Amino acid sequence: MPDSSSATGLHTEEHNPALLHHFADPEQQRDAASLGMWVFLATEIMFFGGLFCAYLVYRRWYFGDFAAASRTINMAYGATNTAVLICSSLTVVLAVWAAQTARRTLLITSLILTMLLGLVFLGIKGIEYREKFTEHHVPGASFRFVQPIPGHPGQYANPRHAQIFFSLYFVMTGLHALHMIIGLGIFLWLLTMAWKGRFTPEWHTPVEMGGLYWHFVDIVWIYLFPLLYLIDRHP
Amino acid sequence: MSAHSSASATSPLKGYFAVWIALLVGTGLTVYAATLDLAPYNAAIALAIATIKATLVALFFMHVWHAGEKLIKLVVIAALFFLMLLLGLTMTDYATRPWS
Repeated sequence: MPDSSSATGLHTEEHNPALLHHFADPEQQRDAASLGMWVFLATEIMFFGGLFCAYLVYRRWYFGDFAAASRTINMAYGATNTAVLICSSLTVVLAVWAAQTARRTLLITSLILTMLLGLVFLGIKGIEYREKFTEHHVPGASFRFVQPIPGHPGQYANPRHAQIFFSLYFVMTGLHALHMIIGLGIFLWLLTMAWKGRFTPEWHTPVEMGGLYWHFVDIVWIYLFPLLYLIDRHP
Repeated sequence: MSAHSSASATSPLKGYFAVWIALLVGTGLTVYAATLDLAPYNAAIALAIATIKATLVALFFMHVWHAGEKLIKLVVIAALFFLMLLLGLTMTDYATRPWS
């Protein structure tokens, strides 16, 4: 009975089934979970950090080629996806707040909206990838790249250097998309738990942890968007 | 129950929507700034806006600002410190090689 608990606090008919015996109280249990999640996110920061580092080095070396390659990816798709992810982050905080305040309908609605926005993101990403395939901008045997270097009339980008840009583009956005897919799996699980009424104001740790993960993936995109799409866009 | 709701005695919803609007405005701003020719400042402005947006998400959506447990703040700072070490030391090397 998750709904009756909000007014009266802890039930006393049994021990709190949500509180593991090695924690003193629910707050300590929640802090421990948050801390563990943040340590995991720290490893994720370093994981993506290596790719950002490689990107920075090559961007410095081959700036003109990177600028030319960056111009061929669709800025409108990237900007739209940024807005989509920001909106999904809002629905995630609403879900966490709904779980904290025992609002089951809002919780379920927010979780579904988050997943829908995640699917929109992946759909737009798919359209974008498809364009890159038809343009032969995917690194590999059929890679072709004939584009002028911005600001250097008559000079064409070195296709080998542009290929490095697209390798980084596909690895970084692909790894990000993989995180989105995993996030969708987590949120599907959260949705079934919420549907069964498992979350209470005393215990909704999975919603909070899933939320932290989703926000982290949003932050990665907040950096990927300007770095990959907006290198050199002025006319 | 009382312990964790004390941090948000008033409804945090207003703040969440304000952060959401700020993030959308930041996205519009970064797209606009990219279309201007600001020479070396284009990258700096784009990264500054991205960092402001990421900070807003971390502090308010991920509740680092209100984190009761100080260890969480320590982990966040440590992660950023080592990321800066990675990027900073690598770039001070590659950016100061006159032969490459």
